[in-house]
Amino acid sequence: MNGDFIIEAINVTKRFGKIKAVDGVSAGIAKGETLVIVGPSGSGKSTFLRCLNMLETPESGTVLFNGVDITSKKIDINLYRQKIGMVFQHFNLFPHMTVLKNMTAAPMKLQKKKESDAVEKAMALLSRVGLADRALAYPYQLSGGQKQRVAIVRALCMEPEVMLFDEPTSALDPEMVGEALDVMKDLARGGMTMAVVTHEMNFAREAASRVIFMDEGKIVEENSPDNLFAAPASPRLKSFLAKIL
Amino acid sequence: MLNGFFETLTEQFILNFIDGGRWKFIANGLVVTLKVTLFAAALGIAIGFIVAFVRTTHDKTGGFKIMNVICKAYLTVIRGTPVVMQILIIYFVIFGSVNIDKTFVAIIAFGINSGSYVAEIARSGIMSVDNGQFEAGRSLGFNYVQMMWRIIAPQAFKNVLPALCNEFITLLKETSVCGYIALQDLAKGGDIIRSVTYSPFMPLISVALIYLALVTLFTFLTGKLERRLRDSERRFYN
Ligand SMILES: Nc1ncnc2c1ncn2[C@@H]1O[C@H](COP(=O)(O)OP(=O)(O)OP(=O)(O)O)[C@@H](O)[C@H]1O
Ligand SMILES: [Mg+2]
Repeated sequence: MNGDFIIEAINVTKRFGKIKAVDGVSAGIAKGETLVIVGPSGSGKSTFLRCLNMLETPESGTVLFNGVDITSKKIDINLYRQKIGMVFQHFNLFPHMTVLKNMTAAPMKLQKKKESDAVEKAMALLSRVGLADRALAYPYQLSGGQKQRVAIVRALCMEPEVMLFDEPTSALDPEMVGEALDVMKDLARGGMTMAVVTHEMNFAREAASRVIFMDEGKIVEENSPDNLFAAPASPRLKSFLAKIL
Repeated sequence: MLNGFFETLTEQFILNFIDGGRWKFIANGLVVTLKVTLFAAALGIAIGFIVAFVRTTHDKTGGFKIMNVICKAYLTVIRGTPVVMQILIIYFVIFGSVNIDKTFVAIIAFGINSGSYVAEIARSGIMSVDNGQFEAGRSLGFNYVQMMWRIIAPQAFKNVLPALCNEFITLLKETSVCGYIALQDLAKGGDIIRSVTYSPFMPLISVALIYLALVTLFTFLTGKLERRLRDSERRFYN
């Protein structure tokens, strides 16, 4: 076990009926690194990512958060989830709350932050992603790119130690992909620990410290972005890259 | 001939409503009916959402095992028996030995009855909320109850508001069996006048028309609400 891992999955397996979505995957995310996970559709990327904050309960294997086994029934998973931010493909903003309320609800309720502090933090983050003027808008009044930026800063309001992204740009119109990726690159540069499932190979090239290629529930290849893209070892990665690039 | 008809009508009107201040049976009855309907509806919504919460929690997490059994029994019994029997049993059996306000009994009885129907409506409302909302809530660290209350319930409520209005309209008509425990609601008021004046046409038709007017009004309001929700819906989820 590497003491520097914020999150470490050890031999994690998750089945849906007969399908082995994740099949004995071990991988860690070290502090400050950006781990990018790529692979064909249905290869288990999302399921693996969701095992890291227990949105899916692994069938076997362990997930350690700072060394604590969060698959254990003895811990309160909600306390750990507060430290593990997640961003979804479809944003999942709360439609009945303003942008600001989306961002302050959890810190105020779960971390007992004073409203003024929560608002201050939220406004600072909104400014950082260029959306301070949209604080009182409702999600339906935002573009897709704006929604995803709000979803990212909503997660950041909890001051997580690690951020999980599941295809954060896949539901965006092409012209809005850039604005979401820019926020993520900015985060990566700022030292945030991140795991990102994405089909954006340029993002992987630019921002990843490490890239994992998954297929059929397993990690097939793992390397630095330069090496992985320039010199894919397995035939499956080769054919995947040929299709996607 | 037509003249005679109107003369009779006027006579009838005076006999049934003016003489002896009999209109008060209608007016007071209407107040009772509205009171019972409003409070029973509120009680029904509270019960219904709690039951729906227990049932969906059980479905999604396997928790609340005993509560779920109790809720299921409640739904089976209340939906499986006539509301008249329920109000009779509550009045004469459960509260039989104590002197208790009949309006209160009617509110309890119809609230419990309506709750069983609201429960199914609320359940479908909770189910209709996008799964991503549950996931976003959980990923932020909300526990199940906090998430249901702050994130899911408001959206579920909005989704089923039209169905709840329809339940309210049904409830309004159903309260007309209050007379079984001699509570003087609108229907009973008309019936009392009939039994005094021995002229059924005017009081009974009038009462029916008042129910019809109320139902038409609430149906109209529901339709308006539904249109507004549909408009906001389009913006809501895009
Ligand atoms: N909730 C579920 N119930 C049943 N099967 C599921 C469920 N979630 C995922 N699966 C199955 O598990 C496998 C892995 O799915 P997963 O969503 O993790 O793949 P993915 O790599 O994220 O794919 P994509 O790129 O399309 O998002 C697939 O075969 C999928 O059909
Ligand atoms: Mg996926």
